[in-house]
Amino acid sequence: MTAVPALSVEHLTVEFRTRSGIVQALDNVSFAVGKGETLALVGESGSGKSVTAYAIMGILDPAGRVTRGKATLGALDLLAATPDELAKVRGREIAMIFQNPRTALNPIRPVGRQIADVLLRHADVTRDDAPARAVELLRAVGITDPSRRAKAYPFEMSGGMCQRVMIAIALAAKPSLLIADEPTTGLDVTTQAVIMDLIGELAAEIGMATIFITHDLALAAQRAGRIAVMHAGHVVEFAPTRELFTHPRHPYTAELIAATPDTAASLAQLASIPGSLPDLRRADLPPCRYSERCPRKRPVCDQPLPVAAADNPHPVACWNPL
Amino acid sequence: MTALLDVGELSKRFPAGKPAGMVTRLRRRFSGGPERLPMVYAVDDVSFTINKGETVGLVGESGCGKSTLVRVVTRLLDPTDGIIKLGARELSHTPARRFAKDQDRKRVQMVFQDAGDSINPRFTAFAAIADPLRRLRKLTGADLRHKIEEAAIRCGLPLELLTRFPHQLSGGQRARVGIARAVAVEPDLLVLDEPTAALDVSVQVVILQLLQRLKSELSMSYLFVSHDLSVVRLLCDRVLVMYLGKIVETGPAKDVFDHPLHPYTQALVAAVPSVNEHGVERLRLTGEPRSPIDPDPDVCRFYGRCPRGGDRCKTEMPLLRSFAGEREVACHFAGVPPQ
Repeated sequence: MTAVPALSVEHLTVEFRTRSGIVQALDNVSFAVGKGETLALVGESGSGKSVTAYAIMGILDPAGRVTRGKATLGALDLLAATPDELAKVRGREIAMIFQNPRTALNPIRPVGRQIADVLLRHADVTRDDAPARAVELLRAVGITDPSRRAKAYPFEMSGGMCQRVMIAIALAAKPSLLIADEPTTGLDVTTQAVIMDLIGELAAEIGMATIFITHDLALAAQRAGRIAVMHAGHVVEFAPTRELFTHPRHPYTAELIAATPDTAASLAQLASIPGSLPDLRRADLPPCRYSERCPRKRPVCDQPLPVAAADNPHPVACWNPL
Repeated sequence: MTALLDVGELSKRFPAGKPAGMVTRLRRRFSGGPERLPMVYAVDDVSFTINKGETVGLVGESGCGKSTLVRVVTRLLDPTDGIIKLGARELSHTPARRFAKDQDRKRVQMVFQDAGDSINPRFTAFAAIADPLRRLRKLTGADLRHKIEEAAIRCGLPLELLTRFPHQLSGGQRARVGIARAVAVEPDLLVLDEPTAALDVSVQVVILQLLQRLKSELSMSYLFVSHDLSVVRLLCDRVLVMYLGKIVETGPAKDVFDHPLHPYTQALVAAVPSVNEHGVERLRLTGEPRSPIDPDPDVCRFYGRCPRGGDRCKTEMPLLRSFAGEREVACHFAGVPPQ
């Protein structure tokens, strides 16, 4: 871990007001990511991975509200920044790659123009140079025949190529932090490997910090230096990758690893995780949101979760860890 | 072992390109004879068998023809060429529309990808499972209700959920409805098109184990389509690897994934991330696949992306050759160590 993290998130708490009650989507989420480091946020759907990313980017749904916490990027607290300040930082300092590139790209604008837009806004490139720079970026993300492709619309390209364009847009201004939200969902494994290589190489080249959001534990294992495991809006465990897989300490992490098909020799060896996520609208949510599914529950689990020391390299939000 | 499904030299081609304009149509009319349209070779000369009680996996990247092959085999599409034999019955001559009312329709059923999209949103779970039973088994009244409840219990769907609509069910419950609907008519062959792609790992495990149990309980055979190789390895006895309309490698699933012989299979296996390998250097495919429109019959479909491609691959299409251990590979270099 580096001394000065690129981004540090502390006690991030987010709630959504809905017609059927207040959803406590994130509770006390803290993590930091260093320069050049890749951090993975893993968890099942509904665990709050994407909400974390959206809160950092300041693009939460209007129904969502950050009730507590800080997200410090350099000297700026992103959560307290004004819209103007945020607009300057987004695209230039932090960039995001969204799930499903086809819907994230503008369908009625050629991809070269979309890249040029970012360059003009954030990278101090002149109007005359922008098209040529856009073509260069397309070449950098491995698109063959980039000058012809720059004139193409997203629907004329395959999913893998659209994702490359998204990456070119995200990295156009050489940001210091990249948030990649399930960047390879829906792509073939062969394309997934190439796209992940590309993100990794470009990140290393410009010393960028990467937050990589995925539900695929095996992919996180392969690509991230450290992994934060999320469950129902909590970060339940945060550890260096190898350590997490060899010595998982939170019962949920252990169950998640046991449910990953990659680790089993036969189907019978795969273990399912009993129960389901608690309803986050409940007023009586237990302090440990996993406790109702947990086989290791003890009376102490009804107390507020233990607070790990700030310098603990492997914090676990559990009273009775493995 | 007896083959339940025997597919021989099956091809499916679609006309490609824009519909012809008036000038083209007139020119065609006066030039004598129909003009040959460019064709997409979605499935090209594919043969395989599925034995009774066997689970066969079908893997390959998107656009390789998996879905077309499945739709032809389940007789939702008509093949251009080839035979599809289910037991003693030859299915390929019956047009898809007529087969929908055929007595053998119930013998081949399908579980679709993402049950959320493949169940009519205005049908309750009960109505969704009832539909094929009414149409194919002509059940009504108490018999129908009994059969639906039996299917639901068998698939682990609580009976009180039967009155719910798809949007009121969780992803796992929807997957169970999709499976219950397909197995209610007690098919011989169940075709599963990425049944767990939309599910979280914890739910995926439960669904895979359910499928495994149902297979032996109802003595069905499975054709399991997936791009998740780690799931295919666990569930399937044999695997077919497809690339651009052709089968490039077949064999026992564990052998194929542990020691792939075709360069494409090797790249596919290398691309699967594993919990146990952190940052290992891997084989990568470069470039885009060749066009499936009127492909050159003498050039290997993988040529251009293949790390081992040589001059012979440009002049002679490799055919499936047999290898030890009931394996078949379509590559000139299979079994030859790389220089």
